Amino acid sequence: MSDVVERTLSALPALLGPQHPAAGPGRLPATSRLGSLIRSITALTSKHEEEKLIQQEIASLKAMVSAPTTTLRLMKECMVRLIYCEMLGYESSFGYIHAIKLAQQGNLLEKRVGTLGYDLQSTNLVEVCMALTVVSQIFPREMIPAVLPLIEDKLQHSKEIIRRKAVQALYKFYLIAPNQVQHIHDKFRKALCDRDVGVMAASLHIYLEMIKENSSGYKDLTESFVMILKQVVGGKLPIDFNYHSVPAPWLQIQLLRILGLLGKDDPRTSELMYDVLDESLRRAEINHNITYAILFECVQTIYTIHPKSELLEKAAKCIGKFVLSPKINLKYLGLKALTCVIQQDPNLALQHQMTIIECLDHPDPIIKKETLEILYRITNGQNVTVIVQKMYAPDNGWFIQTMNAVFSVGGDALHPDIPNNFLRLLAEGFDDRKEDEQLRTYAVRSYLTLLEEENTFYPQKFLQVMIWVLGEYSSLATDVDPEIILTRLHSLLKKTFVTSDTKAWIMAAVTKIASRTSCSKTIDKLIKEFSSSLDTCMRQHAFELKHLCEDKVLMKNLLPFDASCNDVVVDASLSFLDGFVVEGLSHGAAPYKPHHQRQEEKLSQEKALNFEPYGLSFASSVSSSGITGRQSPTGLSFGSDTSGNSAETGHKETNTLKLEGIRKLWGKEGYLPKKESKAGKPDEPQAASCGNLLAGRVTDPSASQSDQVSSFSEEEKEKQQLASTLFVGLGSNAGVSLMGKMDVATQKFKRKSKINETQNSEEASDIQNSDASTFGPLLDTVPVNKEDCEGNKHTRLRKPSLCSSDTVEDNLAFETPQSLKKPGLNDRLSDSRLSPLSLFADSNIEIFQPSSSALCESANKTSSVPSLPKELEELPHSEVVELCQSDALALYLCKVWKDDSLLLALFASNKKGSALNAVNLVFEKAEHFQILESPAHQFSVIEAQSVEHCQKYVWMDKICTQGILPGSISYQSEMESCLEFSVTLSLLDFIRPMEMTTEDFGKLWLSLSNDVKQNIKMLPSQDSLSAALSTLQQKLKLHIVDIIGNEGILACQLLPSVPCLLHCRTYSGMLALWFRSPCSALPDGLLYQCQKVMEES
Amino acid sequence: CGATCLHAPWQRCWNEEGVPVSEDTQQQIIRETFHLVSKRDENVCNFLEGGLLIGGSDNKLIYRHYATLYFVFCVDSSESELGILDLIQVFVETLDKCFENVCELDLIFHVDKVHNILAEMVMGGMVLETNMNEIVTQIDAQNKLEKSEAGLAGAPARAVSAVKNMNLPEIPRNINIGDISIKVPNLPTFK
Repeated sequence: MSDVVERTLSALPALLGPQHPAAGPGRLPATSRLGSLIRSITALTSKHEEEKLIQQEIASLKAMVSAPTTTLRLMKECMVRLIYCEMLGYESSFGYIHAIKLAQQGNLLEKRVGTLGYDLQSTNLVEVCMALTVVSQIFPREMIPAVLPLIEDKLQHSKEIIRRKAVQALYKFYLIAPNQVQHIHDKFRKALCDRDVGVMAASLHIYLEMIKENSSGYKDLTESFVMILKQVVGGKLPIDFNYHSVPAPWLQIQLLRILGLLGKDDPRTSELMYDVLDESLRRAEINHNITYAILFECVQTIYTIHPKSELLEKAAKCIGKFVLSPKINLKYLGLKALTCVIQQDPNLALQHQMTIIECLDHPDPIIKKETLEILYRITNGQNVTVIVQKMYAPDNGWFIQTMNAVFSVGGDALHPDIPNNFLRLLAEGFDDRKEDEQLRTYAVRSYLTLLEEENTFYPQKFLQVMIWVLGEYSSLATDVDPEIILTRLHSLLKKTFVTSDTKAWIMAAVTKIASRTSCSKTIDKLIKEFSSSLDTCMRQHAFELKHLCEDKVLMKNLLPFDASCNDVVVDASLSFLDGFVVEGLSHGAAPYKPHHQRQEEKLSQEKALNFEPYGLSFASSVSSSGITGRQSPTGLSFGSDTSGNSAETGHKETNTLKLEGIRKLWGKEGYLPKKESKAGKPDEPQAASCGNLLAGRVTDPSASQSDQVSSFSEEEKEKQQLASTLFVGLGSNAGVSLMGKMDVATQKFKRKSKINETQNSEEASDIQNSDASTFGPLLDTVPVNKEDCEGNKHTRLRKPSLCSSDTVEDNLAFETPQSLKKPGLNDRLSDSRLSPLSLFADSNIEIFQPSSSALCESANKTSSVPSLPKELEELPHSEVVELCQSDALALYLCKVWKDDSLLLALFASNKKGSALNAVNLVFEKAEHFQILESPAHQFSVIEAQSVEHCQKYVWMDKICTQGILPGSISYQSEMESCLEFSVTLSLLDFIRPMEMTTEDFGKLWLSLSNDVKQNIKMLPSQDSLSAALSTLQQKLKLHIVDIIGNEGILACQLLPSVPCLLHCRTYSGMLALWFRSPCSALPDGLLYQCQKVMEES
Repeated sequence: CGATCLHAPWQRCWNEEGVPVSEDTQQQIIRETFHLVSKRDENVCNFLEGGLLIGGSDNKLIYRHYATLYFVFCVDSSESELGILDLIQVFVETLDKCFENVCELDLIFHVDKVHNILAEMVMGGMVLETNMNEIVTQIDAQNKLEKSEAGLAGAPARAVSAVKNMNLPEIPRNINIGDISIKVPNLPTFK
């Protein structure tokens, strides 16, 4: 359109000028009107007024130009004013056609296109040139056939510039309508062979375009292109074509692109261009911008065509030059090149990993984006979490829409933290107030449109998010009547699929909106409707709303706008209710029991019903919870809690009594010393492993950098750590296989072990000592040994029932009837009656079991206990225990606590003199555990007297303090036999320390929603906070983040990546534990373990 | 101070379809581009991703900053970024040669000439000529023709000069073509 304006402009002076050459514009009525227009505009103060004025002006102009009576002169005047309006940016396209008419009337100008015919036939070179330029600038498709023959003629023109422009015009035609220039393809070839370089260069545009569409049709031209490039690179062109002493750089770029397209996936064609590419790389060495442009093109071509290792090496070096360049433009291109080649050559990413990490936080968004693009391309199963954390939303609309999609697809299966964090993000906002409001307004509008659709089902969580946002921010969308929003919410209240939970959200939102509107019919209707609702909750909300509506001032104070992030002081201990509680208690009400206590009581009741006398773990936890109390500033409620537990104390005493009885029976020399020494033992390697894990993290998998580890500053270490998490699984050496990763793990361990050599040797001697003391008395007392073995068998039988009683279920549904049905329980009942002795063994299952089986083994055949493969031996692991055995086969297990999973190493040992065939190991599906890869393993053959082993990685799917993983192993000897076994796994097997800074801890803490608090009494032996914390660190594998005064913070994670944070505080002999985690069952489970270890130590 | 954002080859978005983009969209593109480019630091790279207006992430803005002027090219993925950067340099050097010490007023009052020069270099969205001498020769030839004919291409320039010399008391110093509206600020008296 600007062309039209230009035309008009060109017409006007011609019209104005010649007719009134002497007349000053000021004196003309035309310009005086324009003058007054300008004057009135400059006198205006606001953009709004200007708009109004111009609209008026345009309206009057419109009427005037369309009127048939308007004289030529008047028309001219109108045009001038119209141009001014147009220049101010207002729409005045209606005038164009009049302008053109006017221009034609003046007979001074014809439309440019109209004159083209003449121009093209003109003998004047410049005229032809200009005509051709116009052709390639803007040209209607319909007119191509008319001018095509003329332009074809020009291809034979003697002057090279004309030929060049003709080619360019044809290129234009090719773009607009490829079919119409099909018949002149051989003329393009002629142009390519033109003796003038400029013409040839112009034809390359066409070829690039054509080859892009169909590369196979032009393979025969490869040699020509190579020849041309060779000549250009070799400096055979006239010196005119040099740019900063580089021969025709743009031509080179064009040719390299064409070659890339031709050589793609075609070894034979690629063969032809290797030499010239090498030459280009070599020549482009002067340090100038344009040579880098050529280099970049070369690199891209080399990576596009069929690969040749020599060239790839050189290209990779080139990419390095770009990436490491201090010039930001080159760095950007380097990243771009990396993005292209990263999938072919992941090692390159490894080489430049530190640069990539640095660019991740680059202030320039385009560099950041390109880096993210690289990360996106190297994403694999192992680093996806870290990479996704680095991504960000490009704009508000995208963010809201993506979250909408997440909510509607994920629905109620979403983790509760996701909607919570989303709302927090909306509410807290960023630094930019305007941006925040945009985001919120966008959200409000988007939700309103979503709710507009009738009969669409949305998940409850999504509804809640929408409702909250509408309640909080609907007033930001000023053009939306609050009444409409209220009606939407009201109609939602009546939907059957809306749960009562969501209804409460709706009422809260309605209340918030009500506080901002004066009066509303919908609210009145709503109050009336729900004041008599059968749902007491709704009725309460309705009454609240009603009373608030009566006192608008109070309502406004209560519900200030956008105050969701302001701190509200809450008396978390609910001390103001103390009086009420005391009164209730004095009237004989039952005291309040916290969740854990109730659950434990439930457990105890179950046991009482079953006449189940054992349960040391239970007793210990009860005794600890006996002194628990809600953290409260007033002694009152604390007192009431303690009194609440008093009812249980009697119960606990009976248990303790029984246990003590058993203990006495065993005597001091028989069992107790063993228990103590053994108790310490499995923990020691774990503690050592903690240290190793922590140290191992900061080192990098690539060996080249490992030497420098010590010299790195903290920040660099952080980057290195990030690098190692980002680039895991890349490169040829690492692969995706778990074996590869294991190598890395051992490497880490070795490095660490050098540092900690002395410490380790100390530990080793400790273990030896304890072993000696363990074995000593036990081997003497043979009967005890026998009992042990027996106990071990019972243990195995009883495990299913143990699982059911020890599990802290995620939900409260704790089904006793179900667990009764389990066959294991029946076994256990009969067992417990038959052999009271073995019960004791069972209650100490973790401590007792490994040693007993090991002892059994050592008594029978010491030689056949298998040992771990070397690479696992160095990781923290449990002892090798026997799982089951028959005459022919024995199965052993060793738990290896790896960083990222629990590894079960299983050993199948053939005890017979002949080979066993088709040995099949299968784990059954367990409720709580997940075996990564396949749950089965087949040993095709196990030779006589030999041991085979396999490895299984396990994660905990559903949290429980202890659970079993049942399985069976079948084999073929004389006949097919099958042995059943089960592996006991504890929550602690899946807990790993989580390293973080205090700052990160704070952030994470705030984002987590599941709280569990408990106070436990500290034993005199560990009365200091640090002693208590180090107990937790050693036994539970928690990472101590920070200790400040009498407070400490710790962090751990449940594999694969569920964090759990712990805040500890000591006061007057008590340790207040406060857990937070995104998973509701994890704090419960950990609390239980904490109580247990604190009790034991 | 005012800055001029020269919109060079929107020709691309314009030519490929065969239909020009609407005036409104052009205005919007220029405004958005100016907004994007003007707030960039000195030490960031000269490439920039444009929004949806310029055809999504496939298209890139490549700019160079000369004093108060930004030269912005919008290119698709088939162009070499560094190549275009140098093309801008060639363009500016050529402008300098043609106008003899070019300044922004030259560009404002001789938009036609600027476009002619650009048309010699970039034709139909494709880099045609990068040889400065060749371009200057062509432009000179055209100028001669113009003078002799005083028609065609000379007309717009005269239109501009006619408007420009309409007895305005003073020519405003800061003309903001950032959002292309040539608004005359604070004219005190107008006779």
